[in-house]
Amino acid sequence: MLLGRTANGLYWMNRYIERAENMARLVDAGLRMALTRTQSASEEWNSVLLSAGSDVAFSQKYQDYTAANVSDFLLRDTSNPSSTMSSIETARNNARMVRTALTRETWESINEAWMSLKRMLARPIDERDLPTVLDAIKRETALIRGSFYGTMLRNEIFDFSQLGTYVERADNTARILDVKYYVLLPSLSWVGSTLDNYQWESILRSVSAHRSYRWVYEADYKPTNIADYLILNVRMPRSLTFCYRFLGEHLKFLADDYGERHACHGTAERTQAMLKRGSIKDIFDHGLHEFLAEFIRDNTRLGDEIAQDYRFY
Amino acid sequence: MAAFDEMLPEVSGLRRPYEAYDRWLKEQDPARLTEKMQDAERVFRKTGITFAVYGEQEASERLIPFDIVPRILSGQEWRRLTQGIEQRVQALNAFLDDIYHRQEILRAGRVPKDLVAKNEAFLPEMIGVRPPAGVYTHIIGVDIVRISENEFYVLEDNARTPSGVSYMLENRETMMQLFPELFQKIKVRPVENYPQLLRQSLAAVRPQSTKGAPTIAVLTPGSYNSAYFEHAFLADQMGVQLVEGQDLRVVDGHVAMRTTEGYKQIDVLYRRVDDAFLDPLTFRPDSALGVPGIMDVYRAGNITIANAPGTGIADDKAIYSYMPEIVEFYTGRKAILGNIPTWRCSEPDSLKYVLEHIHELVIKEVHGSGGYGMLVGPAATKKECQEFAKKLQAKPSNYIAQPTLALSTCPILTEKGLSPRHVDLRPYVLVSDRIQIVPGGLTRVALKEGSLVVNSSQGGGTKDTWVLDD
Repeated sequence: MLLGRTANGLYWMNRYIERAENMARLVDAGLRMALTRTQSASEEWNSVLLSAGSDVAFSQKYQDYTAANVSDFLLRDTSNPSSTMSSIETARNNARMVRTALTRETWESINEAWMSLKRMLARPIDERDLPTVLDAIKRETALIRGSFYGTMLRNEIFDFSQLGTYVERADNTARILDVKYYVLLPSLSWVGSTLDNYQWESILRSVSAHRSYRWVYEADYKPTNIADYLILNVRMPRSLTFCYRFLGEHLKFLADDYGERHACHGTAERTQAMLKRGSIKDIFDHGLHEFLAEFIRDNTRLGDEIAQDYRFY
Repeated sequence: MAAFDEMLPEVSGLRRPYEAYDRWLKEQDPARLTEKMQDAERVFRKTGITFAVYGEQEASERLIPFDIVPRILSGQEWRRLTQGIEQRVQALNAFLDDIYHRQEILRAGRVPKDLVAKNEAFLPEMIGVRPPAGVYTHIIGVDIVRISENEFYVLEDNARTPSGVSYMLENRETMMQLFPELFQKIKVRPVENYPQLLRQSLAAVRPQSTKGAPTIAVLTPGSYNSAYFEHAFLADQMGVQLVEGQDLRVVDGHVAMRTTEGYKQIDVLYRRVDDAFLDPLTFRPDSALGVPGIMDVYRAGNITIANAPGTGIADDKAIYSYMPEIVEFYTGRKAILGNIPTWRCSEPDSLKYVLEHIHELVIKEVHGSGGYGMLVGPAATKKECQEFAKKLQAKPSNYIAQPTLALSTCPILTEKGLSPRHVDLRPYVLVSDRIQIVPGGLTRVALKEGSLVVNSSQGGGTKDTWVLDD
């Protein structure tokens, strides 16, 4: 038996852990782009902010789209509720609230991540230290994930946690694609320009897939392959299909455990079926942007339905 | 006057309960001990055993300092204490039952009527209500001080929601992690089964109407409460749900919690929320921490609330001074554990004495707790004493006074080696169809040299408390 409030806490704890890490990944990709393409750096930082869903809030605070401003805003600014620091803080508050549902190892890893990031992000980051900070964030979240997978019982507590992780991750991947969808559209010249190549690599880098892409599709970056990898590939751990495979699985565990299906099951299954049916060509024919916008909307609805069906509030 | 040291009294040399420990300690490398001390702090911080200090925003999460030298009691000392505690706890429950029913003790004139009737801790809503199994205060912490080899006194009864038991358990856990070899050498009675005993004890006082195994839950004000760690810890160790007011509502005459599968009935609620916040329909209407209507369910006998509402009347500081009479009235015997002599400032003669001797006395607010709002005469400046005297004269009935006792000391480990500090002791008592006292308790220690204030909110620390199996 699980309290609705506890399920809610687990769900959001994991959404925010995922988000804390995604912010670091986005800044990492932006940093790489800015280093290689100094002329359009501010444009790149703007895309990073768009992907993070933080462009409006940023523009209210800053005029210049520089590495220092953007990384400060996305990593350590506590007035930005999605920054890594805010996210890890929210994740920890949720973890504290659901403490009795977590193993000691999981709680300690979250608590220690919070303590060490709080220390590290207390002062503005020197640009030279940025790579070290980004590594530290990824390492801390990896430690949380490790203790979580290594010690938690595979029960409803685990299911609600995973739902949070995959709803957040699917949203993040879809947004990254949507911000850059135009660089993936078929262009007149079938060989990508150098500019395109950088853009494509940046997309892959922001989901930490720039190396694994080559294992699957060999050397060349092709926009259809990149879209295929991030949307339809079953084995790529940040693809939309991958996220929905696990969302479907954990929702099914819950339905079996409780002996009851809800609206959220239908929603997840519809998205899953759509991803299974479609080829990347269909998606491009339908319109990549339209596809992604619909996906993001449905994914948000799934989150709302989960909250309602399982009495989070 | 030098205080009685429990390890090394000046007159008699090393006391027997500490012999084995002292032998072990002398074999230890001081550098290693210092290292262990730091290990202990790391363990506590990592596991998040923190408490919030009110009014200190920056450091909103603090550790209660832990000292690695244990406080040791012999089996014989403990047996004597438990007899006194059992008698006292029986009297507390009998007093509560009487006060909310026939009020014999008031009729007999042993306790002044006004002291009860006009007391904020007395809940008229509880008149005529008999809690399941007839138990009012299920979990009690009795604060005990020692001043010599054979003199123990009760400083305070905590009959509402005594806290600190998680520190008793974590202190032992930490000591066993740091010094496993010590526990092989010395036979210390275990405290680890407290959560199981608590669970059994709560299950035993379930409502009569409960079918099958009762559903138990711990009610917390939430994760921002200073004792949240303890609430979560106890729920976890007992294997029961940790609930907040927002999770609960009254469904079909029972209190139920909102789960992912709908509402589920609760039979026993171990609440860590104060009376005033328990039910906005009965008590404070602005409370969001409680459950609207829970008092109706309670009066219908469909839920056990532990501790029962209204138990505060038994541990009120004004009532405290009558405890010797109360114990004798209900048990028919003299109190085994004495009170500290107490002047009730509401009585003119006492007030006169207190004002004349203010620099020698400890003066406490009747309803205060946590060491706030008190004056320690000998440690206060002349000006502080004068200002306090004004407050005292303005509202004498708000205060009691006690002599500053030479509380016993027990050494702590400092950079310069062992150094004596004042301690008190809070054993935990569970009441159901029987009374159980876990052999041990929470030893609080004033870390500042010479200080008598052991409260964690005022810079006190804790020690592991050993009862020897001898």
